[in-house]
Amino acid sequence: MADQRVPFATHADSTVLGADEIVLNMGPQHPSTHGVLRVKLRLDGEKVIGSECVIGYLHRGVEKIAEHRTYTQFAPYVDRMDYVAAVSNGLGYCEAVEKLLGAEAPLRARVIRTILTELQRIASHLFWLGTHALDIGALTPLFYCLREREEILKIFEKYCGARLTTHAFRIGGLQYEAYDEFEKDVERFCKPFDKRVDEYESLLTGNRIWVGRTKGIGILTAKEAIDYAASGPVIRASGVKWDIRKAMPYAAYDLYKFEIPTGKNGDTFDRYIVRMEEMRQSRLICLQAIENIPAGPIMGKVGKVLKPPPGEVYHAIEAPKGELGYYIVSDGTTQPYRVRIRPPSLINLEAFDKMIRGHLVADVVAIIGTLDIVLGEVDR
Amino acid sequence: MHSLIDFLLTYWVQLVCAVIIVAVLPLVAGYIVLMERKVMADMQARLGPMRVGPHGLLQPIADALKLLIKEDIIPDEADKAIFWVAPLISVTAGMLAMSTLAIGPWFQIADLNIGLLFIVGISALGIFGIVLGGWSSNSHYSLLGALRSAAQLVSYETAAGMAIVGALMLAGTLSTREIIATQNDYGVWFVFAAPVGFFIYVVASIAETNRAPFDLPEAESELVAGYMTEYSGFRWALYFLAEYTNMVVVASIATTLFLGGWLRPFAGTRAFNFLDFLPSVLLLGVAGYCFYRAPKQPVKIQKMVLAAVGAMIILVALILAAPLLAPAGSFVASMKAGLHGAFWFLLKVGLYIYLFMWLRFTFPRYRFDQLMRLGWQFLIPLSIVNVMGIGVALVLHRHFGWSHWTAFPLTTILTLAVAGLLAAAGEKQEKTHAIVGEEA
Amino acid sequence: MLDQIVFYFFAALAVISAVLVVTRRNIVQSAIFLITALLATAGIFLQLHAEFLFIVQVILYAGGIMVLFVFVIMLINLDVSLHQVQFNRQWWLGLVLALALGAQLTVAIAVGRSGLPLGEPAPATMLEPSTELVGKVLFSEYMLPFEIASILLLVAMIGAVVMAKKKV
Repeated sequence: MADQRVPFATHADSTVLGADEIVLNMGPQHPSTHGVLRVKLRLDGEKVIGSECVIGYLHRGVEKIAEHRTYTQFAPYVDRMDYVAAVSNGLGYCEAVEKLLGAEAPLRARVIRTILTELQRIASHLFWLGTHALDIGALTPLFYCLREREEILKIFEKYCGARLTTHAFRIGGLQYEAYDEFEKDVERFCKPFDKRVDEYESLLTGNRIWVGRTKGIGILTAKEAIDYAASGPVIRASGVKWDIRKAMPYAAYDLYKFEIPTGKNGDTFDRYIVRMEEMRQSRLICLQAIENIPAGPIMGKVGKVLKPPPGEVYHAIEAPKGELGYYIVSDGTTQPYRVRIRPPSLINLEAFDKMIRGHLVADVVAIIGTLDIVLGEVDR
Repeated sequence: MHSLIDFLLTYWVQLVCAVIIVAVLPLVAGYIVLMERKVMADMQARLGPMRVGPHGLLQPIADALKLLIKEDIIPDEADKAIFWVAPLISVTAGMLAMSTLAIGPWFQIADLNIGLLFIVGISALGIFGIVLGGWSSNSHYSLLGALRSAAQLVSYETAAGMAIVGALMLAGTLSTREIIATQNDYGVWFVFAAPVGFFIYVVASIAETNRAPFDLPEAESELVAGYMTEYSGFRWALYFLAEYTNMVVVASIATTLFLGGWLRPFAGTRAFNFLDFLPSVLLLGVAGYCFYRAPKQPVKIQKMVLAAVGAMIILVALILAAPLLAPAGSFVASMKAGLHGAFWFLLKVGLYIYLFMWLRFTFPRYRFDQLMRLGWQFLIPLSIVNVMGIGVALVLHRHFGWSHWTAFPLTTILTLAVAGLLAAAGEKQEKTHAIVGEEA
Repeated sequence: MLDQIVFYFFAALAVISAVLVVTRRNIVQSAIFLITALLATAGIFLQLHAEFLFIVQVILYAGGIMVLFVFVIMLINLDVSLHQVQFNRQWWLGLVLALALGAQLTVAIAVGRSGLPLGEPAPATMLEPSTELVGKVLFSEYMLPFEIASILLLVAMIGAVVMAKKKV
């Protein structure tokens, strides 16, 4: 990198001292860009006057791979996109293919899917909270969050043998029956979990420094959020009550009662509050669901070899990070003709430049954190 | 030649003390790091280092060895000479500052009449190590870290200096020894006479040592490692050594000025003389825990090491207890002042450093503008008011015959009221400036 | 003996660094040598038992002013300054003047050595509370100059802020 310490005034509003803007490369090897995101920042002193996100360092051609795999073979690949919420990815893909096939998973399978997905949402939010707090300088919440996340991963491990990239669901239902202690384990985790969330909040919510670092930072108004096609907690914090679980219910969400938490200001603090509240709501969904898991088969009627009729389908779910959509085109063979994935992280990242302008370098990490991006999903 | 021998004969005690400081300080710093990791682990529901030695007791030594034999990388584009010398400046400044500290009535290299000013002034020179190191690395992260560091230090030095001035007005001297003697005469530590000053000093000293929540020069989530991003191996370790030395220095200043230095709590009151036994009892307790844990260690050598540590602690406890048990007037009994003084001083320093760690693991990090606002718009005005308040209290006491018990609380309350006003004003301003975006 | 060695060490350090300050091309190195020169001077103060002066030199010049110097220098592009001519065309005039001044001083000292009574140096023990002495003198005898100096500094500070401020 060439020396860019250019001192002499070239910019219209530079000061008498001639301090001009410098370009700072954040990433791709930077501890708090959450992976291999590279952000080119134009700085005036410490103020960011422009930014450019350079992505693609983790590009693995997931969409292209899909064209050369059968529908069943491709299912594990989606787990590698948002690797902190693999279960949600799998759910979206399985349901999209089911929609293409015109099949539906039996109720029991859908309820278990809901429970696992909601647990995954909690796990993903916990991971977000820990790293976000770490980015802003609070070291301790991370370990509390990981402690709780560990419990969830243990449930996953007991259920399907994998902890991170679970491949928990199959097209048409579930491969595995819920294990004997499943309800008990979920209950044991969920019952005291709201106290735990209170605990995190007691560390952060009222903390002057935390509030100072997050309030008014990275504001996205409702209109801007819609214009940027933001989704998930990012759009809800801006005051838009948009949640696919309510708007277009999938899995078994129509059976349960839950609230959609929304914010008002659309700043980093509101996104934090929204996610905290979402964890509480997810816990409630899990508790409702385990009360009555209907009996019945766990696999719907789909053939051994999946051959969807020619056509196309778009199916979106509310992943922890926002709207995760799968657009699949079938040409009638066993392999999809084209799969296009709408990753929430990528679309939410679009708003980054809008949110960071005028803030300081320190806010860059706060905003990257609050967008809750996973580079595996951004780059695919 | 003759004068050199004369010099050595006159100053051999000081020279020995100096050698001890230079030799022992890295070890102390290493163990403060271990303490920090253990405290952090405890607060985060973890165990911390457990592998090297029983309960990780030998971890600092392993770390130091590792850092010594690591490759010393100097970037191609760096300004080599400055890059090479910068960490040394930081360490030298920190160690020099230790020289006028009085760790107990016996252990002090030089009792200058400008004692405290010397510590403050010399330790401030350490900033050059940071600034030059950051600049010479020729990396943007380093440069930003160095800039932040310089700005932060200059700002908070003012507040810290004013807080020190407040306490110095009470003491009426700059000599570390006499400051503590004055607190003994008053019968009360200055932290009770000037609590606001102590608070200001705590905040400013955290900022000066670049510790969280003011660790912006090395904020790892923003600037990777700030000014030491490009450093590796032993040069990096020197920066660490400097940071921890500075922590010891500021903790010692606070202990000397506000916490009664080497004085025992209630030093003047006979009824509390039983507190003299506290050091021994405390250490015996620690030793007991060592012996309790020793058989539970997995490896034989670890059992032995832990038992040896316990035995050493018992030895220290016995040495501390000996002057109390020996007949009055004997040589052993006369050692009480020096030994117990050192114990209390180090205990207070340790607690102060613990406070630093506690804050670090509880609070998120300030942003730079917030840091500056806190420094310039809250701490500095408050510290000036604090100095005036102490001045008023002293005048009331000395010239108008008010008692301590009315003069000092009164001015403290007035100072606190000003603090409330400042905080309210700051909040109001923050609200109007809440939205910084939109302008670009 | 030891005193003299220490004195000449500091004196030589001060003079050599002072020369290097003006001859180095790299301004950061110049700044570092300026710091060294200031610290060496401080060392001489310390040797004269003027401890307060010593620490003021360290805190204000080395610790305060130079930090700000370095702070500003770090923002300046070195490559440009490296290629600039260091001395302007009148350097020989300056040299002549400096030599003339030096000669004058030497002559004045040589001639006036006996004529100028320097006064007996006070014994070191009498200078002990230098901090208090300086404080007392500064706030009683030299009150007016002290206040004038502070007003001057205030004016300079306001001027600096006005100049550096962005035009809104």
